[in-house]
Amino acid sequence: MAAVDSVAAPARTVEVRPRAVSRRERWGRRLPLLPALIYTIVVTQIPFVVTLWYSFQSYFWDQPGGAHFTGLSNYKTVFTNAAFRGALVRSVVMTAAAVIVAMLLGLAFAVLLDRKFFGRGVVRTLIITPFLVMPAAAALVWASPMLDPNFGLLNYLLEPFGVHHVAWLSTHALGSVIVVMIWQWTPFMTLIVLAGLQSQPPDILEAAKVDGAGALATFRELTIPHLRPYIELGILLGSIYLVNTFDAVRLMTNGGPGTATTNLPFFLYQEVNNAFDVGGAAAAGVVTVFLTIIVATFALRLFARVFQFEEASG
Amino acid sequence: MTALPVRPGARMLRQWSGKIGWAVLAWVVAVAFFIPVLWMVITAFKPESAAETWPPKFIFSPTLAEFRLAVTGMGPFLLHSVVATVGSTILVLLLGVPAAYALSVYPVRRWRDGLFFFISTKMLPIVAAIGPLYVIALHTRLLDSIWLLIILYTAMNLPLAVWMIRSFMLEVPQELLEAARLDGAGRFREIGAVILPLISPGLVSTALICVIFAWNELFLAINLTVTNAATLPMFLISSVPQEGLFIAHLCAAATIASVPVIIVGWIAQRSLVRGLSMGAIK
Repeated sequence: MAAVDSVAAPARTVEVRPRAVSRRERWGRRLPLLPALIYTIVVTQIPFVVTLWYSFQSYFWDQPGGAHFTGLSNYKTVFTNAAFRGALVRSVVMTAAAVIVAMLLGLAFAVLLDRKFFGRGVVRTLIITPFLVMPAAAALVWASPMLDPNFGLLNYLLEPFGVHHVAWLSTHALGSVIVVMIWQWTPFMTLIVLAGLQSQPPDILEAAKVDGAGALATFRELTIPHLRPYIELGILLGSIYLVNTFDAVRLMTNGGPGTATTNLPFFLYQEVNNAFDVGGAAAAGVVTVFLTIIVATFALRLFARVFQFEEASG
Repeated sequence: MTALPVRPGARMLRQWSGKIGWAVLAWVVAVAFFIPVLWMVITAFKPESAAETWPPKFIFSPTLAEFRLAVTGMGPFLLHSVVATVGSTILVLLLGVPAAYALSVYPVRRWRDGLFFFISTKMLPIVAAIGPLYVIALHTRLLDSIWLLIILYTAMNLPLAVWMIRSFMLEVPQELLEAARLDGAGRFREIGAVILPLISPGLVSTALICVIFAWNELFLAINLTVTNAATLPMFLISSVPQEGLFIAHLCAAATIASVPVIIVGWIAQRSLVRGLSMGAIK
């Protein structure tokens, strides 16, 4: 990369590579970036450094004496804690299930919306609405008016299919929470895939048609490869937000019944608010961050792919 | 048997029925998806006695009583939500526009690393640091203050905003920038007079997405605020009483809390689509 640049630089007049740029110029370029960079480092990184510090301390809100060093004992507790492992597994299951189903539905909806038909604008408006509803409001509305065993609308709508007063939140708690996550994030996936569909060059599709390719073959051979970066992006952004799901868990099931819907965010919330265990929560947080970094490394590689796509097409 | 030539009338009929089938399918899906929202709004207009019935009531005499009840006491929460949302969105744009500029138009040497750093901060789950965040807020006297929410919501939205604004800036034709430079425009004039007017639709969609995420945020608010900065999602939670009939009341409060963002999103949905797709990919 660098070698190519130093050879190519003299020939180009525009886009002078920073290598050939004076020190003053370099700082001139850097200056606009610094406020956002410093802000982000301070606000997002310092809490994690402090988390690391507290993970080696014994510190309970409700006990006098403040924090004191305890070595690795918090970590020992975390790794032997079945509740933490359970929450970890549930977080992965909930996120994966919600993201995958939301993406499949999003694909289907986007294909539906890509054609012209009567009232397309209204249909799109209706479909994106769940994404705009406040998640806390959505969770509360799903919890009672929709899913209540005695008067919930869902049981009423499903009655013709032989469903009678199911107590969804006690018998299918995890599934119910996942359904609400899917309901809120399908619009997001729809919009991203729809943008991908609409950015398809029409002449290629036309050419495929002229060559006698069927609709299904065209979709498989042309559309899906074209959509790939959009799908990857949707999955990535969806995962980033959905792994932090808290509102639906807190307001629909409060983590229960038992710990059936306790995911990591809710587990950590309980550690701090009910067990008053800052040290233990910090250690659990550090472990979470390390696991996230492993996953994120792969995710960032995906982002790099999106980049290559951008450069290739732009 | 010779194949009968398809009469034009029949072909048109088939085309039409295909079109209608498509439209019907799309409408059914959309309405099914919209039902929970519709049910929330309908229930909000019910008297409490009609809200918890079996079978559910679809015909009733609508009343604004629950809205009136829900609005009482909402004032401070609404104010906090507006301040936190607007404040953080303005701050995001103030920080994000120059940063995006430094990562696209006049790129710093390691712009790729810079961009990845911003995105990577979104991958660290903020929930992991919630206990220490509480301690930090306590020591900096920011606990339960609206400034804390503004600061945190800005950090929460800044990475996606930088990514989006940068991609809008990449769309600005190179010739226009060169022309401005030849005219002797400095950096500020280049940003203010050439780039900003061109990317203003993109900025609107960026701001819109920041508004949605800030307005709807609950986790940080519930952990770090009590009364002085409690936002609308927290009002919603507090409006659920422990006993008695409350469904209509809950739906009225949920409707009021959700409607501002829903309306803004409906009006700006084209720009939302643009923001999510163009902004993120190209």
